[in-house]
Amino acid sequence: MRNVVSGFLDMVDEGRRVTADPKGVLTGAHFIDGDHACCEGALAAGCRFIAGYPITPSTEIVERFAWRIPTVGGVFIQMEDEIASSIAIYGAAWAGLKAMTVTSGPGFSLMMEHIGYGVMTETPSVFVNVQRGGPSTGLPTLPGQADIMQARWGSHGDYAIIALSPNSPQECFDMTIDAFNLAELYRVPVMFMMDECVGHMVEKVVIPSADKISVVPRRFTDARPGTYQPYEANGTLVPPMARVGDGHRFHITGLTHDERGYPSPNPKTQDKLIRRLMEKISKNASKIYSFEEKETDGADVVVLSYGITSRVAAMAIRNAKKRGVKVGSLRLKVIWPFPQERIRELAGCAKAFVVPELNMGQISLEVERCAAGKARTISVPHAGGTVHEPEAIEQAILEAAR
Amino acid sequence: MNELHPSVSHLREDRLPHIWCPGCGIGTTVNTFSRALEDAGYNEKNICIVSGIGCTGRTAGYVNFDSFHTTHGRPIPFATGLKLANPDMKVVVYSGDGDLFAIGGNHFIHAARRNMDMTVICINNFIYAMTSGQAGPTTPLTATATTAPYGCYEPSFNLPYLADSCGAVYVARWTAYHVSQLVKSMGEALKKKGFSFIEILSPCPTYYERRNKLGEALDRMSFYRKNSVIRNGADTRETDIEYQKPIVLGKFVDREKPSYIEMMHQQMQATLKDRYVAWKGPNG
Amino acid sequence: MSNEISSPPKARKKPRGKVHVRETWCKGCGFCVEFCPTKVLAMSSGFNAKGYHIPSVRDPEKCNGCNLCGMLCPDFSIWSTKEEE
Repeated sequence: MRNVVSGFLDMVDEGRRVTADPKGVLTGAHFIDGDHACCEGALAAGCRFIAGYPITPSTEIVERFAWRIPTVGGVFIQMEDEIASSIAIYGAAWAGLKAMTVTSGPGFSLMMEHIGYGVMTETPSVFVNVQRGGPSTGLPTLPGQADIMQARWGSHGDYAIIALSPNSPQECFDMTIDAFNLAELYRVPVMFMMDECVGHMVEKVVIPSADKISVVPRRFTDARPGTYQPYEANGTLVPPMARVGDGHRFHITGLTHDERGYPSPNPKTQDKLIRRLMEKISKNASKIYSFEEKETDGADVVVLSYGITSRVAAMAIRNAKKRGVKVGSLRLKVIWPFPQERIRELAGCAKAFVVPELNMGQISLEVERCAAGKARTISVPHAGGTVHEPEAIEQAILEAAR
Repeated sequence: MNELHPSVSHLREDRLPHIWCPGCGIGTTVNTFSRALEDAGYNEKNICIVSGIGCTGRTAGYVNFDSFHTTHGRPIPFATGLKLANPDMKVVVYSGDGDLFAIGGNHFIHAARRNMDMTVICINNFIYAMTSGQAGPTTPLTATATTAPYGCYEPSFNLPYLADSCGAVYVARWTAYHVSQLVKSMGEALKKKGFSFIEILSPCPTYYERRNKLGEALDRMSFYRKNSVIRNGADTRETDIEYQKPIVLGKFVDREKPSYIEMMHQQMQATLKDRYVAWKGPNG
Repeated sequence: MSNEISSPPKARKKPRGKVHVRETWCKGCGFCVEFCPTKVLAMSSGFNAKGYHIPSVRDPEKCNGCNLCGMLCPDFSIWSTKEEE
């Protein structure tokens, strides 16, 4: 296994990685659920501030953080609602801390304005959504994956975002660290899209020693006080950060702004700013993509899945292979940006994609878009509340192979 | 030859003149704020300003400190995160009546309840000015606004009472006319540990006064001068504002209570003893 | 240039305070003129570049440098400084 917890970090800026602060690393083998593992991942990544609000099935993440952080050093505050939580983390981020908030569907909806604010102000942060059945109050204690499009498009306006999807408690640990690293690399809020199953299932989680965990520290400006421009990227697309109290006298606003951070309400500034915010992700997409491909070479059918559904799909794939179908799998770990180039390539070789999701068809729309008719896209929808029957996915694979 | 008003040293000169209307009192309050923070010893290393959305919310954009123009109603939770993450920073929330008490009402009461260490300055012009004059929670009964064209029939907030009852340790109300008292009061609030709150009544000649035919800004300032009754220590249950009636001003509450951070440390220390790692800020 | 600052004309005795007016940002609200305790100022009939009437120093010797004008001004356009006797 590579000597980094998050594999795709190999692709990014080597110079900026350091090892984790041991104070936050609970090295050892643990038998914990995904929620608890996510909390440990945050601590290992260097998260020292969480503001959250209780909501099933995410609450255990903040409960564990409230229990752990006073002996690690940092702050937890249960705010009065999700709206407050989702902006309190930005206050902490601008004070220099890695910060995270945690919620489920209804809270995620409340946080949408602030997700947009984080994108616009380019504030590194992590938003965990332990998805449950929706819409509205839905199924508080049961799984869903129906917030995937919302993670991409939920806030108003044009923007690009990064979203991850773990499929085990181990990945809840590993990939929370990835989420923080991506947030620092791209100065953007990162959506960590768990689901109730993965959040509440208890499995072995191995936490390595701190020196084996790579974290990306915040890149602070080295500008002289008075010269720092919070949104001057100097061609790199990602400007360096600052924090309060260092004498930079910066101004941050959600209004369309220029490099100085001053409001600049005109179409020219808007075009420049929006394009950079989107290119920040799209031009770096190949470094951000992360998916696990198995036996897609020569496959007739490719099963594309993510989160808990990928584990059910694995069984369906095994059974279909026993029936002689040439089937491969592509499991998304980073959902947004969506790996469109790879899907386009595969669409040229495979007959069909089978896309099981715990929703009525969301990522299947992306697959269909990218396949552009070169391969069929067969969605295997599910309204949520439990996982698919493997047979349903298997049937779809057999149908796809015809 | 190119002399500048002393307050400009605390402002972003490259953004002046500001967008506030002729006669708007917000600039006056920023003036007194500049004096107060100078007197209290604050500078770009130890103070930051957080504003919401609205005319008063634009203040963050004009002050020459680390400043944040946040979302509507949410400067207080933003400030909470900032303060907790860096307890050495003085955090000032500078926002308007609608931003702080309509959409932001919930956050106000909780920050006051927690005695979160911050100073909240509310410029109350009785209206939503930025969006052209809608009624808000402080618009007095019978006053007109664009969303109350026949006169407001909602009882308005008594802000000092609200702040007092939620637990704020410093509560005062002045007007944009009372500049000397403002400098003094702002200074006291800035130096006060815990949740301090100052309500400042200010003219909005473009919307509130014009729609209600109350004259120009100067007339409003004269009204505040003539119809204010200064009663320091008054019971906040009696500081209601009625339309065009005399207004009670003063420092109503000034008490000592442990702040949120103090209480957090105290509780953690008592329970965890040696195992507690108190957060002191990003510089350790 | 010298239009920016209006200096008091030569007076028989030295004023205890000096008014400074920076007309560029003035929006003609009139607070300074109305509330000056010693009635030093008057609204001029002239305009600044934006078309606002600006204050002029009518009785400079009456200025005691209290700076009430400076604290009241919403536009940072007028202030007074104390002068040596």
